[in-house]
Amino acid sequence: MAKVWVYAEMSGGRLQSTALELMARARELGEVDAIALGAGARAAAATLGKHGAKAVHVNEDTAFDDFIAEPAADALAALHDQQQPDLILFAFTPDSRDVAGRLAARLGKGLISNAGDVHAKDGSFVATVPYFGGAKVASMHADGKPAIVLVRPKSFEASETGGTAEVKDLALTIGDGSKRAKIVERVAEASEKVKLEDAKVVISGGRGMGGPDNFPLLEALATALGGAVGASRAVVDAGWVPYSMQVGQTGKSVRPGVYIAVGISGAMQHTVGMKASKVIIAINKDAEAPIMKMADLGVVGDALKIVPALTAAVQAKKM
Amino acid sequence: MTLSRRRDNGCLVKIVVTVKQVPDPNSATILESDYTIARDREVVLDPGDECGIEEGLQLKEAHGGEVILVSMGPERAKDAIRKGLSMGADRGVLITDVQLAGADALLTARALAAAIKPEQPDLVICGTESYDGSTGMVPPMLAELLGLPQLTIAKKVEVDGSNIKVHRQTADGYQVVEASTPALITVTAGIAEPRYASLKGIMAARSKEIKQLGLADLGVERGEPGETIEGVADAEARKAGAIIQDDGTAVDRILQVLTQAKVV
Repeated sequence: MAKVWVYAEMSGGRLQSTALELMARARELGEVDAIALGAGARAAAATLGKHGAKAVHVNEDTAFDDFIAEPAADALAALHDQQQPDLILFAFTPDSRDVAGRLAARLGKGLISNAGDVHAKDGSFVATVPYFGGAKVASMHADGKPAIVLVRPKSFEASETGGTAEVKDLALTIGDGSKRAKIVERVAEASEKVKLEDAKVVISGGRGMGGPDNFPLLEALATALGGAVGASRAVVDAGWVPYSMQVGQTGKSVRPGVYIAVGISGAMQHTVGMKASKVIIAINKDAEAPIMKMADLGVVGDALKIVPALTAAVQAKKM
Repeated sequence: MTLSRRRDNGCLVKIVVTVKQVPDPNSATILESDYTIARDREVVLDPGDECGIEEGLQLKEAHGGEVILVSMGPERAKDAIRKGLSMGADRGVLITDVQLAGADALLTARALAAAIKPEQPDLVICGTESYDGSTGMVPPMLAELLGLPQLTIAKKVEVDGSNIKVHRQTADGYQVVEASTPALITVTAGIAEPRYASLKGIMAARSKEIKQLGLADLGVERGEPGETIEGVADAEARKAGAIIQDDGTAVDRILQVLTQAKVV
């Protein structure tokens, strides 16, 4: 049995959903140990057990919460030397990326980043990686041991298998040399009623919205549908809306039941983050926009007229 | 040079910005038979790196100092460095070696680290991820190899003496992260609007130094890659559905789809 690790990302004392997504695949690839570091790690172990982890290595030192990457890389490197895993899975998220990169460089190992899937092959591992914003898929063979693979969020569906993980204390003292990039404050900008990543309906706006002043039209539709509002990179870079709303390669990955792309042309940078949505509706002035070629329903028209009318119709239907 | 003496006073900063030449994001990308990205096409300085250069230049303007651009790529990548020099950076270093073709993130980071280390910068600025590869793994690897703390995904940077503070973008807002320099930061495209090179800047860039280094100069060996590409296939494409003109019925059609999907 291959020895598989899942780096179970913690944030604000909570186990991140990406950890459970990774568990769903990891348990098919071998015997899984999860590593949970920082506040809440011990409580997270129970959940990880229910999702198939045989053991969970925990350490609740506050340094893991307060400092970027280095304490976690120290812990994983130390445990790696004892346990020699075959595969380490990370989520392709900002925090996990920081840790994985440092760890790989320290171990002198390559890694496969931005993967959409990973499977076993001849005693080793192969990951599929979307390229050019998802137009192509490359199969990458991990040559090193451990293989280190970072998987995009929402690539797997989390599910419980039942079970209890053995909780193992990861004994470690974090040296001051690793307490350098200190998080001194956390500021929440997004006042999301519904979390973008978890929303059943996502309405995203792009340049075709004309300007930031028109985004409330999308908010109103989202409220009517119980959904959340996203955005393309172009409008985030332009400063219309905060980054927390960005969907795509450099933003969030979503797979809602319905995705409504409004005034978004559909650059691959964007579509890689939303093309797994069950139903895609596009509203765009340009019938030739790439988004139209992947939408289940493409509407050529003026978004600034259609969206408010749609909101009114949805509200009327609910009454 | 008085640079190092004045740096002790915290007055001047030495900044390295890593830059990459990438296929023009506005042109179609083509893969070679060995799955490397065809480089004989239109290439540009990575737009994300322009923002990193801009941030470096602004810090230099505020604190004094020097901005050095370090790149890895074929000889023509000098064009990307030259563009940054024409924006106002002081000099460039290009790592170029036939053995580096198809280099993975770790080899790239090792080569960059070997070139950057002798510069002893106060600050290394990288883009969060390149426009073409988009894996974002080189910066944390580079930080590790240089022994620097990493302050990533910065959308705002403040340097105060030997203290650096960034606003690190997160899923729901940002974190304020502090460290002592030297440090490595990665910056977002939103951090600074890159300036256009002036004619004077373009003229001045012609005489600025671009030092060229090979792997042997750096004492780096290629080694075995950590991963190999087995094959590349077209991604499963979604099929286009109906495309309709809004003749007044669009709202009803959308409502039908929403009803079928059981969201209304």
